[in-house]
Amino acid sequence: MVMDVALKKALIEDCAKVITAHADELTSLDQAIGDGDHGVNMKRGFESLLADADALAARPLPDMLKAIGTQLVMKVGGASGPLYGTLFLSLAKEIGEAPNTENARAAFASAIEAVKARGKSEVGQKTMLDVLAPVLAAWDNRAGLAAHLSETARQAADATIPMKAIRGRASFLGDRSIGHMDPGARSSSLLIATIAKHFGA
Amino acid sequence: MANVGIVIVSHSEKVAEGAADMVRQMVGDAVPLAFTGGNSEGGLGTDVGRIMEAIDRAWSDAGVAVLVDLGGAETNTEMAIEMIDETKQQRIVICNAPIVEGAVIAATEASGGSPLDIVKQTAEELSPQ
Repeated sequence: MVMDVALKKALIEDCAKVITAHADELTSLDQAIGDGDHGVNMKRGFESLLADADALAARPLPDMLKAIGTQLVMKVGGASGPLYGTLFLSLAKEIGEAPNTENARAAFASAIEAVKARGKSEVGQKTMLDVLAPVLAAWDNRAGLAAHLSETARQAADATIPMKAIRGRASFLGDRSIGHMDPGARSSSLLIATIAKHFGA
Repeated sequence: MANVGIVIVSHSEKVAEGAADMVRQMVGDAVPLAFTGGNSEGGLGTDVGRIMEAIDRAWSDAGVAVLVDLGGAETNTEMAIEMIDETKQQRIVICNAPIVEGAVIAATEASGGSPLDIVKQTAEELSPQ
């Protein structure tokens, strides 16, 4: 499908709104097990996308995703800037101008591999990958796919609570990272739920 | 051929600046040297744009060796390298070494005119194998 300008703009605006609305929550999650900057960093990045929403939405989908990725790399900082930036830059390369569900799934699969490489991380290490990978695994041909993926993301973020961090700053805490939701998993599930809403969830 | 340049990337501008001061005092001005630390708002962190600028300031045709501190500094430096002109990318390396000692040792090696791979190798001999 070709995504029209209004849909692209609404996606950017709503993703920015959800990150801004949850910035304090993301920060407190990150204060528990990281360096406490995830909320403020993500908010800064997504506010810069919001400020550019009209220009971004006017671009073809791959160009828009590339611009979003570059902007997140430059504005978010921390470790999440390059990780989310890499996710969007990889999607931009693979998705094509008018993706069907299968194209989108394949692009998402490549993007997850790119995030793994950037973070030198694997599934099961209490990171954003522990939301992204289950969502990919749940991505099938069912009716009501968007709602299914949204719910999968929510449950997967919850499932990071008992995990022990192996990558990132949280890994310094060892067993003490157990019992807290991973902030990157939370921000990923928020974004996936927000995007899914526009596709029928 | 010019000497290899050294770039220091820390989460803290003070750490980066202090490490650079030590390099200047112990090695002198024979190597191009740049440092960056902190995020775009002056807090602790690392910033891809600033890292790209630091690599540019320390640029040498012999290449640039980058010393980093904690994880995000490495991730952001890798991202910065990928966003730099492709013809330069292969002449930029990240040294897996302690940031202060690594910067001094790498700069010492570079000041004698050693090529980039030797500079990197010498710095990395400091890391536990």
